[in-house]
Amino acid sequence: MSHSQTASVRVAEHEVHHASPTPIGFWIYLMSDCIIFGALFATYAVLGGGFAGGPGPKDLFEPGFVAIETALLLFSSITFGLAMLQAGKGKRDGTMMWLMVTGLLGAGFIAMELYEFRHLIHIGAGPDRSAFLSSFFALVGTHGLHVTGGLIWLVTLLTQIKAHGLTTANMRRLGTLSVFWHFLDLIWIGVFSFVYLVRLI
Amino acid sequence: MANAQPAETFSPIFGRLTFEWIPVHEPILVATFAGVALGGLAVLALMTYFKLWGPLWRDWVVSVDHKKIGIMYMVLGFVMMIRGFADALMMRAQQAMAAGGSEGWLPPHHYDQVFTAHGVIMIFFVAMPFVTGIMNYVMPMQIGARDVAFPFLNNFSFWMTVSGALLVNISLFIGEFARVGWLAFPPLSGSSYSTGPGMDYYLWALQIAGVGTTLSGINLIATVLKMRAPGMKLMDMPIFTWTALITNVLIVAAFPVLTATLALLTLDRYADFHFFTNDFGGNAMMYINLIWIWGHPEVYILIIPCFGVFSEIVSTFSRKPIFGYKTMVWATACIMVLSFVVWLHHFFTMGSGANVNTFFGITTMIIAVPTGVKIFNWLFTMYKGSVRLEVPMLWTIGFLVTFTIGGMTGVLLAVPPVDFQLHNTLFLIAHFHNVIIGGVVFAVYAAVSYWWPKAFGFQMSDKWGKRSFWFWFIGFYVAFMPLYALGLMGVTRRMNSYVDAGWQPYFIVAAIGAVLILMGILCTFMNFYVSIRDRKQNRVGGDPWDARTLEWATQSPPAAYNFPFDLEVKGREAFWTMKQQGFKWPTENYKPIHMPKGTATGVVLSAIAMIFGFAMVWYIWWLAILSFAAMVGIGIAHTFNYKRDYYIPVDEVAATEAKGAAV
Amino acid sequence: MSADTHSHHDDHHDDHHGDHDHGTMGQLMIGFALAAILTIIPFGLVMAEVEMDRTTLVGIIMGLGAVQIVVHLKFFLHLSTKSEEGSTFMSTMLAVIILVIVLAGSLWVMHNMNENMMPEHEMDQMIEEMQSLQSQQG
Repeated sequence: MSHSQTASVRVAEHEVHHASPTPIGFWIYLMSDCIIFGALFATYAVLGGGFAGGPGPKDLFEPGFVAIETALLLFSSITFGLAMLQAGKGKRDGTMMWLMVTGLLGAGFIAMELYEFRHLIHIGAGPDRSAFLSSFFALVGTHGLHVTGGLIWLVTLLTQIKAHGLTTANMRRLGTLSVFWHFLDLIWIGVFSFVYLVRLI
Repeated sequence: MANAQPAETFSPIFGRLTFEWIPVHEPILVATFAGVALGGLAVLALMTYFKLWGPLWRDWVVSVDHKKIGIMYMVLGFVMMIRGFADALMMRAQQAMAAGGSEGWLPPHHYDQVFTAHGVIMIFFVAMPFVTGIMNYVMPMQIGARDVAFPFLNNFSFWMTVSGALLVNISLFIGEFARVGWLAFPPLSGSSYSTGPGMDYYLWALQIAGVGTTLSGINLIATVLKMRAPGMKLMDMPIFTWTALITNVLIVAAFPVLTATLALLTLDRYADFHFFTNDFGGNAMMYINLIWIWGHPEVYILIIPCFGVFSEIVSTFSRKPIFGYKTMVWATACIMVLSFVVWLHHFFTMGSGANVNTFFGITTMIIAVPTGVKIFNWLFTMYKGSVRLEVPMLWTIGFLVTFTIGGMTGVLLAVPPVDFQLHNTLFLIAHFHNVIIGGVVFAVYAAVSYWWPKAFGFQMSDKWGKRSFWFWFIGFYVAFMPLYALGLMGVTRRMNSYVDAGWQPYFIVAAIGAVLILMGILCTFMNFYVSIRDRKQNRVGGDPWDARTLEWATQSPPAAYNFPFDLEVKGREAFWTMKQQGFKWPTENYKPIHMPKGTATGVVLSAIAMIFGFAMVWYIWWLAILSFAAMVGIGIAHTFNYKRDYYIPVDEVAATEAKGAAV
Repeated sequence: MSADTHSHHDDHHDDHHGDHDHGTMGQLMIGFALAAILTIIPFGLVMAEVEMDRTTLVGIIMGLGAVQIVVHLKFFLHLSTKSEEGSTFMSTMLAVIILVIVLAGSLWVMHNMNENMMPEHEMDQMIEEMQSLQSQQG
């Protein structure tokens, strides 16, 4: 190796500015979150047949209902994308408007999910009924908790953008939340395919 | 000593916590509590007398300096090691006594808590803080950085780990701890068979500490990827930095599985879910499957940074670059991936077919290959080097011998038919102590003696360091070789008492070994005392070992900003290059240095997290809701603080550098 | 030469890239169209109760889901092999490997264990025997 010949160390002429570590740091966090979901998907895959004499997917799941939930999330992904485009042009009001639309769509999704959970528990198909339902509630509920967290974050960021405008720090936060939001939509693809649709065939 | 638990009651204010849960009837615990309380009061009094509260808070508790946080992790590790080792001594004493009809001195209800606490503490609150602390302290300096990528997160991670550790210790005096073994397999750990708060202390302590571990993993990866000195390529990084990177990748990939698994068990226990129950379609084997998907990478999370420590030490004390740099990196990367495909070897005997067992047996044996590559690399680094047998090098040679033996017994256990004989016997216990003590503990002691002069500016005592090494080294063999023999005789682990008096001599020898190790630990604490007492005589400069990596280019101890100027680096062993070039730090034209500000948010959030955990353990729902809401609120409030950094003015940099140069 | 040859200059470039590249309207709309199609097909197949072999249908739904995940990664999350000196892509690939190991491994291990410990035909036999015993007693 020639590294010893070319090796050198010197004082940098200008102060070194490292690129922000936030994008890669947050991405790595998402990957680890993804593995939490992986473990929950694996649990659903393994225990999803444990009905214990209770109701199964075909007794409980409504594809039409799930389709609307899916649409809400997909549209909220698009509106967040539109908010980002507005932010890229430096338009604060447009950004905030699309963010609010995103938040409403997300809140609609959460409302539907809460309704579904309440309904299931009401008809005696709560998580204590069978391993199948335990794993269903854990997986879908964890996704719902993430969306709820995203909504709290979104409201916080709206306040901050209103107060300080599209500053560098706020732009970084907006970019990070955008990645989080799209990531949750991505996890939902797994949920509607693997948790609902496949089990309805 | 009462074995029965207090009756389950519930009140809206105190949940299920009643006075009966305070173990005033257990003499061992009362004595321990008295000792802890007296010691604690003495420390409080001394701190007040010397007016140390302000400095402790300002310079340490709220500090985001990676060096301070690294040192605090080490302190946590040593404190918890006292607790974990006390458990070990209690177990050795019990098994040395409880033969042929004697019941020993620890009834099962207490003994079961002791072996569970020993495992949990040693892995999560001793070994993990140690390796995290070393990575935190050394790695940023090795890459020429001023701090980690997310300094606040680093402080928060540390205090979350402390919160988890505190919860485990609170269980000693309020309630009880789990009685299920360190991995808490259901259905035993489920609500039907583990009533009372013990198992819940286990779950919340690990979840809270786990948050800290995962965040710290993300932080350190981002640090390696984004904060390197300009010009330093990945393939030019010191081996320790490489191992830190790979360890943290493993943390980020594996700990989520632990988080999810423990969360599912928590749901089983708290909300009547049926993941791992015997009825309603649950399957306890799924827990064992999931927990080992985390568990096997976890042992590599512990050992890989230790490989890095030994690589640095071998290279420095042989005065040679590490032999086979690239093979070292690739071997570590191979171990990282392989560690994810061997988990089933922990439960060969639990019902898998021959095909599955064969697959996992073979993958397990394959791991020995990259590990062997490393052993030979270290040997070849020493070969024809001018080896200096300083204390860190003694630990390293002790490691090479001991770890190789432990590795070979591991390969034995990887053979499924052999494992059917040895599963859950003391042979297994001897094996993993062989690799964890020989690998991790020796590495931690080596690292402490190696980087101590960097951290504090003076050398440790050679005499006490050598004494500590020999007691540990010999003590290990005396304590664990008998367990190999007992394991081959079929003695199972976690036994409270046994009938065959023929086993007793082996257990007595093992207990003597534990006492020898105790001497080793005491020698280390003596070493701390003697070294600090004689610090004036043992002052050293920046580079006491004639070392090769960038952390030695700073003052000892390093200034808050690590390096007075930013460096541009080409090639490996940057500090060695600097010495070859006759590099001198400029003594003028300093610039203001941009640094992160300390904050109390981390310690406050973690304290509330601990209260939340305590409230959940005791079903004090109002407190749980309140503390959770407080955490969310404080977390959000923290994001409204945009001013998180400051500049160290030129005068201060110049003054610090002038003072450092005088040493 | 080592594999990675990024430099200070690249770091700077990536800063620009990472902080300001949030795609274009075109990308967003292509992504939207693809995602919508890839969502509608599986829902349509299930809701129209198409007559098809079960395994094939499962394969189609899972396959479309996988494709849609790639679409989201590319058009919404802007994953590329270039951002952050390739670290983003590397970490994603590693996560995919771990996910495959966790999912496929758990299924394989647990299925194998169930086969060995609770063979279905033996269970059925046992249940039948118990039922006949009960009917005799009853």
